[in-house]
Formats: sequence, structure tokens, C-alpha cells
Amino acid sequence: MAGLKRYLPVLACALCAFLAPPLLAATKTAYLLTQLTMSAYYALASLGLCALMGYAGQISLGQAGFFAIGGYASSFISKVDLSPFASGGFVKFLGFSGLLVRGADAYGKAVLSISPWVACLCAVLLAAGIAAFIGTPVLRLKGHYLAMATLGFGIIIERIVRGTQGLGGADGLSGVPPLPILPGLAVTGERAARAANFTIAWLVLALGLLALVNLVGSRAGRALRALRDGEEAAGATGIDTSRYKLNVFVIGAVYAAVAGVLLTHYNGSIGPGEANFAKSVRYVAIVAVGGMANLSGTLVAGLVLNFLSLRGVFGRFDDAVFGIILVLVMVFAPAGKERGLQVFRRRKGAGG
Amino acid sequence: MSILEVSGLSRSFGGLRAVDGVGFDAEPNRVTAVIGPNGAGKTTLFNLIAGSLAPDSGRVVFDGSDITGLKPYRVARKGIARTFQAIRLSERMTALENVMLGRHVRSRAGFPSGMLAAPWTRGEERSIREEAMKAIELLGIADYRDRETGGLPFGIQRSVELARAIASEPRLLLLDEPASGLNIRETRALAGLIALIRARGITILVVEHDMSLVMDVSDEIVVLNFGRKIAQGNPRDIQANREVIDIYLGEEDA
Repeated sequence: MAGLKRYLPVLACALCAFLAPPLLAATKTAYLLTQLTMSAYYALASLGLCALMGYAGQISLGQAGFFAIGGYASSFISKVDLSPFASGGFVKFLGFSGLLVRGADAYGKAVLSISPWVACLCAVLLAAGIAAFIGTPVLRLKGHYLAMATLGFGIIIERIVRGTQGLGGADGLSGVPPLPILPGLAVTGERAARAANFTIAWLVLALGLLALVNLVGSRAGRALRALRDGEEAAGATGIDTSRYKLNVFVIGAVYAAVAGVLLTHYNGSIGPGEANFAKSVRYVAIVAVGGMANLSGTLVAGLVLNFLSLRGVFGRFDDAVFGIILVLVMVFAPAGKERGLQVFRRRKGAGG
Repeated sequence: MSILEVSGLSRSFGGLRAVDGVGFDAEPNRVTAVIGPNGAGKTTLFNLIAGSLAPDSGRVVFDGSDITGLKPYRVARKGIARTFQAIRLSERMTALENVMLGRHVRSRAGFPSGMLAAPWTRGEERSIREEAMKAIELLGIADYRDRETGGLPFGIQRSVELARAIASEPRLLLLDEPASGLNIRETRALAGLIALIRARGITILVVEHDMSLVMDVSDEIVVLNFGRKIAQGNPRDIQANREVIDIYLGEEDA
């Protein structure tokens, strides 16, 4: 009945992935591809938060923390030079399994590093593990207390990455290797791979969206919406609310981590700014503008606002703009903050 | 053989003994009512059985297994459904979706299969929908099924809540003051629904204020006052019980 209409945004994303590069090339605006690629990854992180905040009603001001965990962990692991340990058993085992890459550093010295794929996987698993670990105690909190606890988590992550020498301190990590996907295709910022990377990013975004569209319409999705609207009643229908909250918290973290991993390999670098509190506010603002329990709204808001921000439209007031947007939504959104902007809702359909 | 055995159940709040050593059995396929004046401990007793509150002492045995102090979602999984005194529906979900929630305990698809829209969940999803529709039709609210419940009339919301409860095919249905907020006509309709649900072989335990409803639908009545059980019997015995009359007359004099 509601049927296939809800898959339209997924289809639109997938079509854009292939149609936009030739279109932009034809109009001589291919330089926009870089920002559009980055916007897609930020939008992916916002979608994860939309599931958590919009559908399950659990606010998180720590989304940037998970993004940074993904990006930093993947950079760090894929940059570690294992050549001093080349004779060690574990390193040999990795070599036999084809999980090592030989390369050279900036000075031409040979280095032996772990395959970016292993790094990427470890990074996402690390984010999921941390989410599961902190989620258990933190998700017992509600409302303001949950907001404060997740905010604290975000700040801790930011302080850790900023203060750790091995993570580059205030400079962050750079020289992050490309993430090869197929022969001749890698997640990288090289100019020649610009169009291909746009396609990769938007396809990943389409897949991420597809999974969440499926989820919110499923048995688990109904349970999430039920617990958002009242935990006691949800519990009385047999829903293990703590487990459901934890699951969706981990899913939100995984979305942020995947986005962080891919964007970091795309940019070749990551800095502590990605873990900044202002970035977390930005994700929340995007979900709020999108209409909270509205995946397509979040998608559009995430793409448009990040694109404008990356193009420098907001100038020096970048973070302030997102703060103001959040305040405006909270004050003026009809039917309170849950409904978000009705404008988006009507036009983009699919609510919760 | 009783389906629900409550024995020596007690719970205090501060110095107040809200429920004090209450015990009774509920027979299968019967409607058992718990009545009593305001503050008698009815709702506390109800919450102790449903798992919303943990008792200080005493036992609740359902169908031979001890469910004392189990969390509400575990109680639900044992086959006990409930409604709330102040209706609790997901206001932003349609009536049908709310009732589909009732099938949660009878279905399995989790997060991974949900995110992948795995083919094997399709049959389950269809049966969730079909069973929910059956409950909706049984309660005569099919016209409202695609409406968000937040905007529905109170009586209809109560029916949606009942449909959600019976969609789970419970063996025991707990009704917490189901007539509260309903007008006389709606209350009469409710009595009909309770009879209908009972006829489907579902045991019912109802906590209620409305005397006419209780006398109408109950097979057995437990009377509480100040947290203690003061009488138990069929409606006719209870109506003739001196102590019960005193309590209620006393209340009405006041």
C-alpha cells in the first residue's frame, strides 16, 4: 500500500550517483563534485542520527564523536608501519592472509602497512563496540540527561584526539592512503577519480538510506517508534526497550563511523575539528530541519546544508548558522520539535 | 486450576502500605474484578502483577510459573497483555500500526532482517498485518485503521488499545480502569467488548471504579480497602456484603 513510494528517495540518490557527474561536466561545474561527495558522507552520518533521534526518540550530541572514531581509527591503523615487526608471527600471518600492503613513505623509505580494508573494518567495529559499551549505561537516561551524557562523550573524544600525539594533536592525521574498492577504483581525493568518488559516495548514501527505509517500516522499526512514543506502553507489548535503544544507538554510531572512514580516506586526512561539539550540533540541526522522524527530509537537509557550508556560503559564521537553524526549528516548528518543519514533511512525504 | 495465583503480595511507599498481603486466584475463562474506593491500592496491585512495580513480598504465579518481579516486557512475553488507565498509544502511528505492535510477542524479525528487508520476513509481516486486522475488525474499528490515533475519539482509542492487547493472543488480559474517561454509552459498549473477548477464551482481570460495569461483566470480585482484601465473591454476594456496602455508602456519604 504505502509500498514503493518510500523507496523513491533511494532511487533518486542512486540515479544522481550516475547522472550528476556527466551533467556537471557538461555544464562545466564538475568542480562541485568534491563538495557534493563530502556532503553525501556527512548526510550519511545524519541519517544514522535520524534513526536514533527521529524514530527512536533518543537524542545524541555525540554523533561527531563516532564519526571521528571511525576516521581516526581507520587512518591510524592504515598508517602504522609494521616493517620493524616484519618477522613477528602476527605480522607474518597478516602477510600470508594478504592483508598487508607494501609502500613507501614521503621520504621514500619502504613501509609495511595493514590493508586499508582491515583498518576500515576495525574502525567501524571499534565505533560499534564503544557505542555498545557506553550505550548500556547512558541510554538509561532520558531527555536532558541523555543529551548531557552524550555531549560529555563527544567532548571526551574531541579532547582525546586533540591531545594525543600519536593522533597528530591539533593537526590531525594526514597522508591517509586511498581505500581501494575495485582494481582502478579507490576512495581517494585524486582529481582523476573525482567523478568515480562522487558515484561511490552517493551509492553508499543510497544503500545506507535503503537500509533505514527498510528498518523503519519493519517490525523493529515499529517497536522503535513505539518506544519513542512511550516506553511503558512499549514494554507492555513485549518490547525489550533497553535492547532496542542500544541496537539503534549502535546503528547510528556505525553510520557515523562509516561516513568518517570514507570521508577520511577521500580527503586523505582528518582533524580534531570533526569531533568538535559544533559538528554534533550540526547533525542534530540537520535531523531537526528534516522533520525528525523523516529520513528523506534528513537526507535533503543533510545534502543541502552541508553543501552550502562546504561551499563557504555561511562564511565565518558556519557553526553559528547551524546553531541558529536548530533554535529556529525548535521555536517555530509546528507541533513542537518532534514534527520538524511541516514544509519538508508535506513535500517529502514519509513520516513516522 | 487457576491461571493466576496471587499470594501475600505487599508493597509500601514510604510508610504507606499501599498493598498489604493481598492474595486471590483468577480462574481461567472468567472475568475477575478488583474494586475498592480511591486509594485502596487497586492500581498498585495491578502494577505489581503487570511488572511495572516490584513487590516487597509475596508471589505472583501465572500458569504455573513464577512471574514475581519480572520486567513488564517479560511478563508480556509470558502471555499477559494489558491496557492502561490513561490510554497509551503511539499517537503518531496509525490505528493499524498500533495494533500490529500487539503482534510483537508473536513475531521474530529483528534489526538485520529489518534493514535488509529480508525475503523471509515478508510472510511474517503479512501475518502480523492480517492478525492485527482481525483484532481491529473484532472490535469494530476498521474504519479508523489508517488514521493516526492521536486524533481519534476517546472511545475509539480505548478500542484500539484493546485491539492491540488481544492481537497478542494473550492468555490473560489485564484491564486498568477501562471505563475511565468513557461516557455512559461508551461504557456500555465496553461491557459488550469485554464479553466478546472473554468468549474468545481469554481470562480477564479488571481493576475498575465503575460499579455498574463491574457488576455487569464480572464472574468474581475482589474488594480492597486500605491495601487489604476485605471480601471476595460473585457479584451477588459482594452486593449483599455488609462491609462492602459500608465502604461504598461511607464513601458516598462523604
